[in-house]
Amino acid sequence: MARSGHTTAAKRTLVWLGVLFAVLTAALAGGVMSSQATWAPKLALDLEGGTQMILAPQVQGGGDQISAEQLTQAVEIIRQRVDGSGVAEAEISTQSGRNVVVSLPGVPDAKTRELIQASAAMEFRPVLAGSQGAAVPEESRTPEEELPEPTAEPTDASDLNWITPELYQKFEALDCTDPAAVAAATEERAPADQPMVACEPDTGMKYILGPVEVPGTNIATASFGQVRGTQGQSLNQWAVNIEFNEEGTQTFKKVTERLFGMTGVQNQFAIVLDGTVISAPTTNAVIPDGKPQITGNFTEESARALSEQLKYGALPISFEIQSEMQISATLGDEQLRMGIIAGLIGLALVAVYSLFQYRMLGFVTIASLVVAGFLTYLAIALLGWTENYRLSLAGVAGLIVAIGQTADSFIVYFERIRDELRDGRGLVSAVDNGWKRAQRTVLASKAVNLLAAVVLYFVAVGNVRGFAFTLGLTALADLAVVYLFTHPVMQLLARTKFFGEGHRFSGLDPKLLGAVPLYRGAGRIRQPGEAQPKVRTKNAKAAAEASRRQTIAERRAAAEKERSASVPGRGSDKESN
Amino acid sequence: MPSLATFGNDLYTGKRSYPFVQKYKLWFLIAAVAILISIIVPVVKGGFNLGIDFRGGSEFTVSATENTDISRGEEAVTSVEPGLVPQVTNIAPNTMRIQTEQLSDDQTLAVRDALIEAYEVEPDQVTSTFVGPTWGQDVTRQAIWGLVVFVALAAVMMAIYFRTWKMSVAALSGMTVVLIVTAGLYSLSDFEVTPSAIIGFLTVLSYSLYDTVVVFDKVRENTENIDKSTKRTFSEEVNLAVNQTLVRSINTSVVGVLPVASILFIGAMLLGAGTLRDLSLSLFIGIIIGTVTTVFIAAPMYAWLRAKEPALVKQAKRVEARRRHESSESDEVTV
Repeated sequence: MARSGHTTAAKRTLVWLGVLFAVLTAALAGGVMSSQATWAPKLALDLEGGTQMILAPQVQGGGDQISAEQLTQAVEIIRQRVDGSGVAEAEISTQSGRNVVVSLPGVPDAKTRELIQASAAMEFRPVLAGSQGAAVPEESRTPEEELPEPTAEPTDASDLNWITPELYQKFEALDCTDPAAVAAATEERAPADQPMVACEPDTGMKYILGPVEVPGTNIATASFGQVRGTQGQSLNQWAVNIEFNEEGTQTFKKVTERLFGMTGVQNQFAIVLDGTVISAPTTNAVIPDGKPQITGNFTEESARALSEQLKYGALPISFEIQSEMQISATLGDEQLRMGIIAGLIGLALVAVYSLFQYRMLGFVTIASLVVAGFLTYLAIALLGWTENYRLSLAGVAGLIVAIGQTADSFIVYFERIRDELRDGRGLVSAVDNGWKRAQRTVLASKAVNLLAAVVLYFVAVGNVRGFAFTLGLTALADLAVVYLFTHPVMQLLARTKFFGEGHRFSGLDPKLLGAVPLYRGAGRIRQPGEAQPKVRTKNAKAAAEASRRQTIAERRAAAEKERSASVPGRGSDKESN
Repeated sequence: MPSLATFGNDLYTGKRSYPFVQKYKLWFLIAAVAILISIIVPVVKGGFNLGIDFRGGSEFTVSATENTDISRGEEAVTSVEPGLVPQVTNIAPNTMRIQTEQLSDDQTLAVRDALIEAYEVEPDQVTSTFVGPTWGQDVTRQAIWGLVVFVALAAVMMAIYFRTWKMSVAALSGMTVVLIVTAGLYSLSDFEVTPSAIIGFLTVLSYSLYDTVVVFDKVRENTENIDKSTKRTFSEEVNLAVNQTLVRSINTSVVGVLPVASILFIGAMLLGAGTLRDLSLSLFIGIIIGTVTTVFIAAPMYAWLRAKEPALVKQAKRVEARRRHESSESDEVTV
């Protein structure tokens, strides 16, 4: 029983669609319950208001192209700075493999801005004092009179005379357990010839450091590997190897000569990146060849991380502002409201037009659009929760544009059904046949759309991505709806009296479509695609007479006319696969 | 009114037929003229009206202000930096736009404060944007790059799907017309070229191909067994396919343009310049041109490319022979 078989299949498909919706809604509801998600999609900065800076990291002496690792490094640096500055909800991302995009809610103060733009440099400083990272409680801090007082001008970088009372107080008050303090240290940007206080986030230690002895630019390269014992066997220990350039080798030799003789923390030197200590190894030997090796409790991962930092730390990264936008929250609200209004008006116009064009069938278009819209909304809300996708104004525009392209799938499908009806099929088989043909067209054309969306998404800069994303998303939603909703609904509707008998307002009235039924009475059946028999006019004889007396040109014109009036069949009824 | 459905019937049966393919010379000529104008205009005018993103500079938008006095904005800027020449425009009701050359950080903040004072608005009613001169170049470079990748992939995809590279060539030639003419219109009308307009532009090209694929799918279907048929020549089959999908082309472009037109209207009337307006403007122009080129350029181009193939020339001769045969038969109608 093909008929009932089709109906059950259609009903089953619709049930599946229902299940899909239920699952997605339940997932989102679960997210909302556990207060990780929101019902409303997350909004991008241009709709929510805030500041967006696009920074181009530039590496001195690194050519114009910045490598992927350097970019990651740059993002890390900026992330630490922003997190530390106490700005909540900041977002940092990369763009087209070249830029760092920083989005902050509200308007950042001048200090935060300077902090974000400051260039990052790596330096080696000797350690003068160190302790656990937490701030010393007020009551147990060193009283004024006992603070260390420099007795003379410092003679070298390790000289404790660098420690002034103010510096020591600052050191005691420094709380390395608080990320804001870490950032504050970054903000300070101690000059190279001055001492500073700094945190080492990895170990939770804090230090007083002397002036810079070796700048990071003196590093030639860095690597990591297993430590080899004296017989060359692996000791199952990870180490980081640094290689200095000529200048660095000379300076580092002098430094290690001095530090090697020191005791306690003064035996350590700190590697400082962007105001925080990334490693503070002790000096176990004088390094004359400029190839120190840092060992410790490294895992492979941490050894790699440190060597990367050293490698890229050798190149000071400066940030050039490419563009900056400050969008007031009210403007964002207004834009969103207008966007939604425009979308609704657009939808209403499409609805009116399709009702006008397709009568009751227009309701199928409208229902399909509503379903597609709901599916898209769920997808965006879920992606906002899982992937932190934020809807931007360009994204809203993408959604509105997608209305037309989504409706196009239904139009293609309906027109195909009508074509089948014109060939004289019954509605049920017209729906099935039309679907077979429309399916190919819809798939091919959506593939073009998806291709455009994917290419735009990966190549584009700035807000183009948001646009491309929604365009691609709606193309997928559209496909899902055509397959899971529009087609099964049409299959079911084809079996209703109203549509099946081609009511005047159904939009599928065969009479209106000029169809000639396949069953032509007297037991004759016309094959679909077979030309309709020529209607013999009363004046056939006269016409024949006239045609005999035509000039060649006239005859041609007549043949032309006849040709365009004859009913075309389709090339063949074969399904190509 | 005779509904589009009846119109569609006549097109489907061939009772009513427009010579899209037959008059290809005329359409190509019109396209050539349009392309020529589109190339000459920017050259004569010295390029396009590039937005701030391509020139570099600072831009402030003051929204919800009660007074839209241009001189206030100018004074606010010059009070901070006497040497600056700001361009102040009232872009929408209660919205002012102030553009200056590139300002430093401190200047930006100072101008912002001066504007808040001058227009008597809340601090969060002022939006400031600052764009470095290389930003626009970045956007453009990426856009062109995206375009090249997309076109190459789309051409390959279509060639595989339609199993003939001539479809790809025809579709791309239609798209090229869209590209050049849209650009020409932008130059002619002095619309500002912004990154948003570029997005719209790229979308238009994808739309143009999308539209062509739908029509070509019908063409493919009609010409599938052309070598076995003596009913119509290849060009006639292509023309019939275009006519048969004409209703869909009209419906689709109307449905596509309606939402875009509503953004354009709302964006331009109520919001002034901005992402929405720039995007919808290029889409509005592009969707219409895209649909037109599919019908008038891409399809005739395809017929023109293939009609000269020996097999199809032979087929056309057979059709011709059959028609001669039929017309001579009708001469001998016995009474």
